[in-house]
Amino acid sequence: MVLIIIIYGVKNGLNVYETFLEGATSSFSMITTLFPTFLAMMLGVNLLIDSGFLTFLLSFFKPLFMLLNIPTDILPLAAIRPISGTATLALLNNIYTKYGTDSTTGLLASVMQGATDTTLYVITLYFGSVGIRKIRYSLFAGLCADLIGIIASIIVVKCLF
Amino acid sequence: MVNIIWIIFIICGIIFGFVTNNMTVVNNTIMESATKSLDMIIKIFPVLALWMGLMNIASKSKLLDKLSKLLSPILTKLFPEIPKNHESLSLIASNIIANMFGLGSAATPFGLKAMESLQKLNKKKDTATRSMITFLVINTSGVTIVPTTIISMRLMHGSNEPTKIVLACLISTVCSTIGGIIVDRFLARRYKN
Repeated sequence: MVLIIIIYGVKNGLNVYETFLEGATSSFSMITTLFPTFLAMMLGVNLLIDSGFLTFLLSFFKPLFMLLNIPTDILPLAAIRPISGTATLALLNNIYTKYGTDSTTGLLASVMQGATDTTLYVITLYFGSVGIRKIRYSLFAGLCADLIGIIASIIVVKCLF
Repeated sequence: MVNIIWIIFIICGIIFGFVTNNMTVVNNTIMESATKSLDMIIKIFPVLALWMGLMNIASKSKLLDKLSKLLSPILTKLFPEIPKNHESLSLIASNIIANMFGLGSAATPFGLKAMESLQKLNKKKDTATRSMITFLVINTSGVTIVPTTIISMRLMHGSNEPTKIVLACLISTVCSTIGGIIVDRFLARRYKN
């Protein structure tokens, strides 16, 4: 991809080096607006996870998952996925070591990870970078998409594997 | 909205920590969050700088315009408010394409640039526009053809078939993207009235 971009630039008679520098410089201003938003989000999300509150909340959903014959270890992954990328990767790591990558749980975790995204992170990042504070229905819409992705991945894994 | 969620997260976290006698953890978390967020910024910064540089080349050499033409029939339908041939469309297209190939680190700078350019069309600078929200929903539910991160993680953990999940991922993301767009359309209409 890098090669294509450079070659295309040269082909169109661009000063590729100067253009690159110009673009790279503009990342500085973006980073300075991003840092405070990141800080705020990390604080909130980490407090929720580290205090054990999230695990406590999730324990209510366990019976439902057992009823549907879905591995309960997938539950924290599904719940944390929209709010923290690093936490999800850590959980995914645990699942892989505990069950193996090609077990049903491992496969489901992989597909779920691929089908969803860190919605809260994307919202803070994207809206934070341009200074939007009133996000309207975006969080709800994003979480709905994640939920659909989670449900879809459970169904797909059940059907395919 | 973010304000309320943030308050809830923090208050719930601290109170729960207090009730369960976990205050040391809570205190550590508060202190560590600052360091962790700086770590994240440090991680994202070089990637951002690199791709912003490359992106500048791609955009000035009209490569982005070419890409966006591929997706423009769909994009004009999804983003009726954006004037035709506006730069944000090509940035959105590049973001979607980078996401499709699992190039998350490349997708983010495109997305941020797209947001910046959508903000130029925005009349109320502190409020999200409909196009921005549609873009976010597409972005977070994004169709993935090659989920690079997961494949590499599976490989790392000694999977025999690291790519076994590709088809399943594709089907699931198509579902979530379509579902997300439907929800987005529905909410956009409701919020208007």
